[in-house]
Amino acid sequence: MNYFLTEEQQMIKDLAAKIAAEKAVPLVAELDETEEFPWEVMKTLASSDLFGVYLPEEYGGFGGGVFELCLVTEELSKVCCGMGVCYAASALGTLPILLFGNDAQKQKYLPDIAAGKKLAAFGLTEANAGSDAGAVATTAVRDGDFYVLNGTKQWITNAGEAEVYTVIALTDKAKGIRGASAFIVEKGTPGFTFGKKEKKMGIRCSATRELIFQDCRISKENIIGREGMGFIVAMKTLDRARPGVASQGVGLAQGALDHAVKYSRERVQFGQAISSFQAIQHMLADMATQTEAARALTYAAARMIDSGDENISREAAMSKLFATDVCMKVTTDAVQIFGGYGYMREYPVEKMMRDAKILQIYEGTNQIQRNVIGLALIKESAKKK
Amino acid sequence: MNIIVCIKQVPDTGSVKIDPTTNTLIRSGVPSIINPFDMNAVEAGLSLKDTYGGSVHVITMGPPQADEALRNTIAMGADNACLLSDRAFAGADTLATSYTLSMAVKKIGDFDIILCGKQAIDGDTAQVGPELAEILGLPQMTNVSKLIEVKETTIVVEQELEDGCEIVEVERPCLLTVTKQVNNPRIPSLKNSMRAKKAEIPVWKAADINADEARIGLKGSATQVVKIFEPPKRTDRRILQGDVEEMVTELVTELRKRL
Ligand SMILES: Cc1cc2nc3c(=O)[nH]c(=O)nc-3n(C[C@H](O)[C@H](O)[C@H](O)COP(=O)(O)OP(=O)(O)OC[C@H]3O[C@@H](n4cnc5c(N)ncnc54)[C@H](O)[C@@H]3O)c2cc1C
Ligand SMILES: Cc1cc2nc3c(=O)[nH]c(=O)nc-3n(C[C@H](O)[C@H](O)[C@H](O)COP(=O)(O)OP(=O)(O)OC[C@H]3O[C@@H](n4cnc5c(N)ncnc54)[C@H](O)[C@@H]3O)c2cc1C
Repeated sequence: MNYFLTEEQQMIKDLAAKIAAEKAVPLVAELDETEEFPWEVMKTLASSDLFGVYLPEEYGGFGGGVFELCLVTEELSKVCCGMGVCYAASALGTLPILLFGNDAQKQKYLPDIAAGKKLAAFGLTEANAGSDAGAVATTAVRDGDFYVLNGTKQWITNAGEAEVYTVIALTDKAKGIRGASAFIVEKGTPGFTFGKKEKKMGIRCSATRELIFQDCRISKENIIGREGMGFIVAMKTLDRARPGVASQGVGLAQGALDHAVKYSRERVQFGQAISSFQAIQHMLADMATQTEAARALTYAAARMIDSGDENISREAAMSKLFATDVCMKVTTDAVQIFGGYGYMREYPVEKMMRDAKILQIYEGTNQIQRNVIGLALIKESAKKK
Repeated sequence: MNIIVCIKQVPDTGSVKIDPTTNTLIRSGVPSIINPFDMNAVEAGLSLKDTYGGSVHVITMGPPQADEALRNTIAMGADNACLLSDRAFAGADTLATSYTLSMAVKKIGDFDIILCGKQAIDGDTAQVGPELAEILGLPQMTNVSKLIEVKETTIVVEQELEDGCEIVEVERPCLLTVTKQVNNPRIPSLKNSMRAKKAEIPVWKAADINADEARIGLKGSATQVVKIFEPPKRTDRRILQGDVEEMVTELVTELRKRL
């Protein structure tokens, strides 16, 4: 399908594909096994300027938007969804600063993030605040020119590896979620440590850890926006990051489909390539059609966000929901086409199916995406009356 | 540190076939790549520039399509590039090629090091680098596997030999040909890719580099390719099977027969 990329967008896509093929592919299976962070690939992305594709030129970026972010994420996820999320989660951690930070904060943090010198991470989830993000219990108490943070964030992607953390904490417990605020916390701040690295089903090269705050004092300059804006910061950030998760799904699905097509032409049973069986052809046809539809929806949502439209929650949620459900199905079918070989670690689709599952869970489960879409429909209908 | 890198665009040999009836290379539809060793030469130039400053100027002699190869080196970070392209250069052997390159180097003028690949994967002669150094009267080191240190007026390099390595200090300006061991070529950056797209790449003809017509192209070539052919496939091969002792006995018997 032709998506009419600009010359620059095509260049970004080609460059990301080149890095994926030359630098990522040789490491995919190894890092899945060792669960080591893909620093080498991150460094290549950095030296190739790809961490800045969605950031403004005045902060050292390329001046693109969510769409460019999606192009890179998709190409990486085609070969390794784990590497895709290491890249995309840094953008998730950066968006609060980009969207709500003041100029001093942008000047201080964005150039290093654009250059890939520093990774970022986003800390919202806690043990008792998952889908119910409003149940956040981490506190930030004002003390003169400082805020003092206490509490634990759970399952934070890039934790331990990133330098810059955007964290949601309560500045006014009494107000509940309306008393939440967003903060920038740098790695190395006294009182800020990490929990052990989690052992996961998939995306195993990505790092998932706790953020532990024990009387962690940060300057009052580190608040993003004003006190009480934390929940809005989080929700607007997630709205803009969701096509990024969708593009992980699109890339991963495409990667699995490509493997399945190739394998079906090589595997001979009953004296013929299994690709000659219509049952297999139809599976491949569905996989390809669904993947393409997911891509089209993802690109459309990303372009809508980049157009400056403010009303994007529904479309962003649709792209995340559809592309990641498609991805789960396509990777499962890819394993099916590989048969028993597909179940073996020696073949790439086994990992792909494991990696796919997380996409239906993080950055809002797919049930929560449906809630967002459903609510938007009802609101819209109510308005018309 | 001003560096000139000579690159050659070659057919991707992985996909080259020889036409069995005409014994010529089937070039149509075969993608072109930068000679892999020349990618190492470009990277060597760029890393010297990263460390010591200066500029990297890439040149190639080839058809107009070689423009693309030059742009790829700008995307990696080369500062300038120029294409030596003229009908009069056609049919050049290594002697005529290196003479032509030498005239381009003279036109560029200021340089500390010329870098070449150790050999081209199509022609495979490994002659152009050494010939270029001779024509320009420069000290040369071939098969360089490591750039160790740049000193006031010299460079210290490691040279790969048949059975070991040698560390040598060479006066600059000089010419080095590099092997794969010397580095890993970098991936282009987005900014340089944008620059590459828009870069002006001058095309120099014979007259632009004051080349002597008798020394370029077919006329200037001391050798000519008479015929290219695939050596006949050997059909008398056998793979021995069974246990080691049996196989060795059989091998010895067979060898004895042929003595
Ligand atoms: C590998 C990994 C990386 C992560 N990275 C980050 C990160 O970088 N930053 C961050 O802040 N968080 C991160 N998370 C957290 C992630 O966003 C949450 O796990 C997710 O939002 C779901 O929360 P939960 O796991 O607590 O599930 P729960 O909220 O406990 O949900 C359990 C089940 O109930 C369903 N459910 C819950 N509420 C409803 C409802 N109202 N209607 C219908 N169904 C409902 C859910 O869909 C789910 O099926 C990460 C998680 C993982 C596993
Ligand atoms: C299929 C084929 C057809 C040929 N046809 C003819 C012919 O008709 N007549 C004839 O006389 N010769 C012909 N040649 C020889 C051809 O001209 C030589 O290949 C060429 O001169 C370079 O020599 P080489 O490839 O051995 O390079 P090498 O000497 O092995 O290359 C070493 C290094 O020199 C540099 N270098 C080499 N060539 C260039 C270049 N053009 N521009 C910039 N730098 C370069 C690169 O850094 C390279 O790594 C042919 C060769 C082949 C393979």
